[in-house]
Amino acid sequence: MGAGHGHKLHFHGHSPVHRAPAHLKVVALLAFVVLVVATPREWFWAFGVHLAVVLAVIGVSRVPPSYLLKRMVVEVPFVVFALLLPFVAHGPHTEVLGVTVSEPGLLGAWGLLAKGTLGVLASLTLAATTEPHDLLAGLERLRLPDLLVQIMGFMVRYLDVVTTELQRMRVARESRGFSARNPTHWPVLARAAGALFIRSYERGERVHLAMLSRGYTGRMPR
Amino acid sequence: MSTPVLDVRGLAYAYPDGHQALYGVDLHVHPGERVALLGPNGAGKTTLVLHLNGILEAGAGSVRVSGLEMTKRNLADIRRRVGIVFQDPDDQLFMGTVGADVAFGPSNLGLRGAALDARVTAALEQVGMAEYADRPPHHLSFGQRRRVAVATVLAMEPDILVLDEPTANLDPASRRELADILRSLDVTVLMVTHDLPYALELCPRSVVLSDGSVVADGATYDLLTDTELMRAHRLELPWGFDPRTTGRPEPAPPRRGPDGLVDSTATRPSQGD
Repeated sequence: MGAGHGHKLHFHGHSPVHRAPAHLKVVALLAFVVLVVATPREWFWAFGVHLAVVLAVIGVSRVPPSYLLKRMVVEVPFVVFALLLPFVAHGPHTEVLGVTVSEPGLLGAWGLLAKGTLGVLASLTLAATTEPHDLLAGLERLRLPDLLVQIMGFMVRYLDVVTTELQRMRVARESRGFSARNPTHWPVLARAAGALFIRSYERGERVHLAMLSRGYTGRMPR
Repeated sequence: MSTPVLDVRGLAYAYPDGHQALYGVDLHVHPGERVALLGPNGAGKTTLVLHLNGILEAGAGSVRVSGLEMTKRNLADIRRRVGIVFQDPDDQLFMGTVGADVAFGPSNLGLRGAALDARVTAALEQVGMAEYADRPPHHLSFGQRRRVAVATVLAMEPDILVLDEPTANLDPASRRELADILRSLDVTVLMVTHDLPYALELCPRSVVLSDGSVVADGATYDLLTDTELMRAHRLELPWGFDPRTTGRPEPAPPRRGPDGLVDSTATRPSQGD
């Protein structure tokens, strides 16, 4: 257990995009997202250019498009909201394929969908081409406060440990014949979440002890 | 005799909730010794360990490390001298890569640059993990993580290595590899364990802690073959293991105390478990 699997967002490679310094990539991503968000949604052609830029970077990085596509499910809640928008928004209505929809709603949905998709795709590309600890080093070089970088570092380190723990608890529940099928089972899940919180909290205390034992005084070494 | 690395006298401790964990513990460990600390669950072994580097503060009695008094001023020095390897390597390995983790202790001591790199490489080589320096710890097997945890402490060049249940969750091959590593190290060891054959294999001397006090201190072989003592303190050898078949390990260590084994079961009423 534990050996041989990478972080789920990272795609191992040696392309120029992979090799580029992490802090440059972070700045580039930030600039790109700001640009996308600032683009008026009526400038349809501009979004074509943005998309072309992202696709070009993905092409150079050699990350398979299907790899990124699968991870774009995080966007689903926004897509659902965007699809509802034309039906619930006010303003003048038009007909599309025989359905009456709100015109500003349609434009709003387009804007949300286009900007959201571009942002998610660009972020996933960064995640796929940058190892988590390189990313942290990059953020440190960008002068992000030390404490925030430490917290993120611990998150990266313990994400797998906590998910494995969650997995084990689920297996243990199901081995005793429990599976959450309807809301009457939710209290059990809530207790499991509580137990996980306590365990993680206690682990945090043990990690702190281990750090103190090796001379930690509040500052991470560089 | 030389200054003991560990000199614990009359150590008593009660947790804030009132639970008394230690009742006057005496323990001396001298340079170069490998000592096993044995005892049933709840005997106070981990509580004792947390006193050795000042994480817990003695309620009564004293702890000295290489002659140093346990004071605020000495705390940083004592934490360098007493290297604790905790039971769960995931608690101990918290940095992004193995190398960064091993560097954590020495850089807290002020080491930088080439000296730091040399220290890290040396520590990882001692446990045979040098080629894993750039790997994140969660990508390693459990046995490898345990070895890296030992390296993180070795990198601080401690006077004494304190191992809390070093063989817990290890498969037999990793257990044997760890034994080879521990034997190869030129360092004083205090090993808290339930793994009695391991204690016999590695530690000429053992100390039995039961209900918060030391009830026996002597040659591991003598303790493990003392059936009455073993039964009185919930210590059991694994099925099929008899120290008499392996024989007394050479060389036999000197016995502690004027009359050999100290058995204080009579002095304190048993807790009735």
